[in-house]
Amino acid sequence: MTRLFISRDSTALSLGAEQVVTAIQQQAAAKGQSVEIVRNGSRGLFWLEPLVEVETSEGRVAYGPVEVSDVASLLEAGALEGKQHPLYLGNIEELPYFKNQDRLTFARVGLTDPVNINDYIANDGYRGLKNALNLQPAEIVKQVTDSGLRGRGGAAFPTGIKWNTVLNAPAEQKYIVCNADEGDSGTFSDRMIMEGDPFVLIEGMTIAGLAVGATQGYIYLRVEYPHAQVALNQAIAAAYANGYLGDNIQNSGKTFNLEVRMGAGAYICGEETSLLESLEGKRGLVRFKPPLPAIVGLFGKPTIVNNVISLASVPVILDKGGDFYRDYGMGRSRGTLPLQLAGNIKHPGLFEAAFGMTLRELLYEYGGGSASGRPIRAVQVGGPLGAYVHEGQFDTPLDYEAFAAISAVLGHGGIVVHDDTVNMADMARYAMEFCVEESCGKCTPCRIGSTRGVEVIDRIVEGVEKDKNTVLLRDLCNTMTYGSLCAMGGMTPFPVLSALNHFPEDFGLKSKA
Amino acid sequence: MQDYQTQKSTVLDILDKHQAMPGNLLPILHGIQDTLGYIPPAAVADIANALQLSKAEVHGVISFYHYFRDTAPGKHTVRICRAESCQSMNGKALENHAKQHLNIDFHETTADGRFSLEPVYCLGNCACSPSITIDNEVFGRVTPEKFDQLLACKGAE
Repeated sequence: MTRLFISRDSTALSLGAEQVVTAIQQQAAAKGQSVEIVRNGSRGLFWLEPLVEVETSEGRVAYGPVEVSDVASLLEAGALEGKQHPLYLGNIEELPYFKNQDRLTFARVGLTDPVNINDYIANDGYRGLKNALNLQPAEIVKQVTDSGLRGRGGAAFPTGIKWNTVLNAPAEQKYIVCNADEGDSGTFSDRMIMEGDPFVLIEGMTIAGLAVGATQGYIYLRVEYPHAQVALNQAIAAAYANGYLGDNIQNSGKTFNLEVRMGAGAYICGEETSLLESLEGKRGLVRFKPPLPAIVGLFGKPTIVNNVISLASVPVILDKGGDFYRDYGMGRSRGTLPLQLAGNIKHPGLFEAAFGMTLRELLYEYGGGSASGRPIRAVQVGGPLGAYVHEGQFDTPLDYEAFAAISAVLGHGGIVVHDDTVNMADMARYAMEFCVEESCGKCTPCRIGSTRGVEVIDRIVEGVEKDKNTVLLRDLCNTMTYGSLCAMGGMTPFPVLSALNHFPEDFGLKSKA
Repeated sequence: MQDYQTQKSTVLDILDKHQAMPGNLLPILHGIQDTLGYIPPAAVADIANALQLSKAEVHGVISFYHYFRDTAPGKHTVRICRAESCQSMNGKALENHAKQHLNIDFHETTADGRFSLEPVYCLGNCACSPSITIDNEVFGRVTPEKFDQLLACKGAE
């Protein structure tokens, strides 16, 4: 019996992983060879998917990217014994792209069977929870505070401070809500965790529940992620069956229940108060703050709302200590960030690294430059509400404060690369158009401002009173930035103004001197 | 469009199952759409009645969320990603090709009822742009040629 690993990750499936599995099963059976195929998460080296890993006495040997038409020659060449073939990659963990990462949060993704709880426990799973069960709530919160972890959803608010607020809010019922509405283009790390290691998220949420005295958790998952829904529900069922969720967690007398709730295609529901409205069964209208969700959250009760990666980083912090995690990173950005390389890039994928490497290093040394082979012209970091950065800014270190200093956003660590065929006036217009489409409509600067923004950009590009309309666009962006209720309207000016400032020639305006 | 009387028992059944759940409106709407393919406008009164909401509130929720639809979809729903990552890999050309190939715009269904076309903003498949889904299946690095092949396969089903 030979054990193979072929990913169940959405991206691997989108490239035909399921068909490769079927082909290998059929062709191996026809040759009388017995194989067991484990459906793991993805290693995150997506240009090599569908990746086939074979377990041999010398460790795992990888082949990729494998198409159905390659299966016959792979079996012929002796791939089941780890032998040579044009698609032979050797041990995937020895490739620089993988080897030079700091995989703390993603330690198990691609290694284990994501929905097998024994596999999870055998690979350091539930060690953080075990420690947490022996700590007082305030001590758990202190570990998270000491780790320096900041919200990985993009806002980078210190997680420990948020937890402490909920801990100190007196209430009979509190909630842990996981924001799994990963709607930003160029981001897929939440999805990879939920599909590739869902137990780490479940464990993180359970620890959060113990830390603040919350007994109910919800994962608000976007409807565009059906494979993540399946994996999460399988893992949650296994956690209940093994006493890791429910009324008496590992005989501690502590309770934590967890449920997945599906979104319905509204980008704004990634905003935490809109998400809470949605969970309550309402339109996803943004709430005024204060009160903060930590005080008045879901159903009016104190609520932790954290992103998937924030919560999935908690188990390693509780396992190895806040200091261990804090020792990675630079400045006030502590720990690691799972960076996501996407768009027009030769080697797209997931690259978890300590804060501090430069964007250039990531784009060229690991990303290999553009997929088209043309020069990289603009890179949008931090999702649709993040700024476009240009070549002259590529030496900026990947650090929250360093990006803020160049009027950009590191955010969730999603990086979308555009080559020199991009028209930045089109991208600026699209940013406004996206805001029109996705605004919840509650505040005027966002709801009306975005519509006017599309019109003003059109007039500039058409050459109608260019200078006056450029002043008007800047004024409009100022109103949106300072007058919007949330980041949707407040940050749409980031991509718009960065496109205008760095690439004025695309708007038919004079280039900067 | 089906007669609501034939769908009513399904709707009432789903309402019944979710009666005790806190914040149950979205799960109910998902349940109805998963079963019937859409949320019949005539169901709004029943939903409102069961949850003690006004019909306007229920309609407001259905219309707020892009995913919910109040008309029957085609046999297959094709969603094309319009977000930045897909744009960087010629997503716009694919979008135009799809509209031309199917001879419909977004939010429309082909005359033969086989395909509905919807825009989507990110499928989390940005490492292999441009991406589409057909029903619940994701496809990456979709060229116009690959699009035609995929639809030909589905059309033959």
